[in-house]
Amino acid sequence: MDFLTITQDLLQGFGITCLLFIMTLILAIPLGLLFAFCSMSKISVIKIPTKIFIWIIRGIPLMLFIFVIYYLPSLLADGNASLNIFNTIDLKMTIAAGSNELLWQGRFLAVLIAFVINYACYFSEIFRGGIESVSQGQYEAGYVLGMTKSQVFFKVVLKQVIKRIVPALSNEIITLVKDTALANAIAIPEIIKCAKDMASSQALIWPLFYTAAFYLLFVGILTVVLNRVEKKLSYFKA
Amino acid sequence: MAYLEVKNIYKRFGKTEVLKGIDFSMKKGQVVSIIGSSGSGKTTLLRCLNFLEIADAGTFSVNDKVLFDAENQKVLTDAQVRENRLHFGLVFQNFNLFPQYNVLENVCLAPKLQAKERPDYKANAKKINAEIEAKAHKLIDDVGLSAKCEAYPCELSGGQQQRVAIARALALDPEILFFDEPTSALDPELTGEILKVIKELAQRDMTMVIVTHEMQFAAEVSDQVIFMDGGVIVEQGTPDEVFVHPKNERTKAFLSRYNNA
Repeated sequence: MDFLTITQDLLQGFGITCLLFIMTLILAIPLGLLFAFCSMSKISVIKIPTKIFIWIIRGIPLMLFIFVIYYLPSLLADGNASLNIFNTIDLKMTIAAGSNELLWQGRFLAVLIAFVINYACYFSEIFRGGIESVSQGQYEAGYVLGMTKSQVFFKVVLKQVIKRIVPALSNEIITLVKDTALANAIAIPEIIKCAKDMASSQALIWPLFYTAAFYLLFVGILTVVLNRVEKKLSYFKA
Repeated sequence: MAYLEVKNIYKRFGKTEVLKGIDFSMKKGQVVSIIGSSGSGKTTLLRCLNFLEIADAGTFSVNDKVLFDAENQKVLTDAQVRENRLHFGLVFQNFNLFPQYNVLENVCLAPKLQAKERPDYKANAKKINAEIEAKAHKLIDDVGLSAKCEAYPCELSGGQQQRVAIARALALDPEILFFDEPTSALDPELTGEILKVIKELAQRDMTMVIVTHEMQFAAEVSDQVIFMDGGVIVEQGTPDEVFVHPKNERTKAFLSRYNNA
């Protein structure tokens, strides 16, 4: 196999890596916001279960949680998990449409669920910290000016929260890029899985190291974008 | 006839009773100063009047319209509380400007949000916003900051920030403007510019209630001075009555501590 073919193969795997990254990010942010509000709720039947849930998810390894999401529904359904229900799901996704790859699509859903829940929990703690760090005076200033609660949140507080959480969120987002490699635990053909397959089938080890270039490039671009966001918000102090 | 009428306000936080029956009234165009040592309940009273705290008992009304009645408070909707609150403006000790907005935007934000609720807003959005901005420019000019319209709060001195906060409070045409120790967070050399703005407002017959530690200023600007101690009004009267001829021992002790400091 020549360099170009290997690059193409890895690029296909990297497409799946990126898909998992983007979809996790898009879904985990709103869910994380919801968890953050629940964990700040004054109603204890909402607050306490949310806190316990976040403790559990943050307390177990993500790889273990992927196995839980993947195997548990089938175990509960028929007791032996010989046929995993995720393998029966056909998402009709068009990405990476090679015939042998259709098998991973249902499993991709399992991984995505695990990633979204896991990252939503981490994000929620960052959001909670950001929201609670905005001084009570900002809320009160809004209220005495006749604003509604949602106006105060969206027009006054939100931008200050975003400014404060960007550095912490950047860290988490960069970690997410590399955590996608855990998806190969249930044989999702992301880039590391592709490289490992080459190592076993072609006895080539260097493509595994070559994957680092893809990650470094992606994280490099992300870093530039996130720094720009941070700089854009540096015009005010909060 | 009384314009603001406050009756029998009680407020406790847990086991601490902070306000133990506050009664006072003032006329339109008057300036009332509230003095007293820290912990006497001055700020809590102001916060109750602005619905930032909900008093446990008592009522208050403006121009014979009851804005708050502890008995009925729970049945009020958020919208009604918002409407009642708009009779008043409040200037905070720590300014509480919105850091992400410049001076003009700070002054315009609340009026613009309110204008959006007007039924004729969609048809006249441009004109309404232009009016709000013109008025904001005038208010900013009045506090002497027309050169700073585009500046962000972090680029202003404390005194300038507080002047913006006053303009912001005035933008909604409050009937009564409350000040919660407006100069306490400022360096001594900056208090003068705030006191000057408040004096100008007094000359224009703005009805104001000022919680302050600036005795000299309170004596100059007020029609009525209230001395609070331990959650009750100990003494009230004209500046001359309270500052020069105080009757109550607690007032005398408080003032002598100030004069010796």
